[in-house]
Amino acid sequence: MVEINIQAESDYQLIEVRGEVDASSSIELDNALKSAAENYAKILINLSKLEYISSAGLGVFISYLEELKTNDIKLVIFGLQEKVREVFDILGLQHLMNITNNKEEAQALLNGK
Amino acid sequence: MENKLTISCSKQNLAKIRQFVADILHRQAIKEVEAHKLVLAVDEICANLIIHSNHCNPTQTIEVYVDFQPAEQVTFVIRDQGISFNLSTYAEPSLDEIVSSRRKGGVGLMLVKRIMDKIEFSTEKNYNICKLTKKLSE
Repeated sequence: MVEINIQAESDYQLIEVRGEVDASSSIELDNALKSAAENYAKILINLSKLEYISSAGLGVFISYLEELKTNDIKLVIFGLQEKVREVFDILGLQHLMNITNNKEEAQALLNGK
Repeated sequence: MENKLTISCSKQNLAKIRQFVADILHRQAIKEVEAHKLVLAVDEICANLIIHSNHCNPTQTIEVYVDFQPAEQVTFVIRDQGISFNLSTYAEPSLDEIVSSRRKGGVGLMLVKRIMDKIEFSTEKNYNICKLTKKLSE
């Protein structure tokens, strides 16, 4: 079961993903990212309450990487628990995505450059 | 093998399969981060079997066995009667290819291959059998 909370901040959208993202629930993450990418140039994703992610969820993130680049949308994820971070690392996604430890670092990266 | 779960081919049952495997690994005192990866590998195989081999048909079932013989090793056996999967004809895509194609699938088996020591697919009577093995540290 996944729970996705969406919050509009001044110049970015904050998405919090809680629970478990697997093949049965990844569609909800997909819908949230699709909507955010259509409406915002900056997206922050809080994964601190994410307990589990399988390839279905990772696949959702991966499927947006090109679109984000093409449309100059900045997406930063933060707060991954160690067990979840390991899963991102197995595929080397830390080299393809912006991943930070906490919200402050994520915001700094979002507003950097 | 005493640790066995038989469950119908519905994506909603993946959480139950993960719980079943996690409980067994927990009883064996396997460290959380390691157990998490093993649970993920089983989940990936089961998701593939439920979705691709059995088309989420809830009248079909899959069976998951967990075994710790020989010692210092865990073996997962997953059996189903759907369309069989041929690993020998599976060409693993590169992550770059998946990124540029913008598709959402394709990294499941990649994860399983990197987590487990061995993946074997076979067919026996009317069953497809997937066997995953991993040496346990400590």
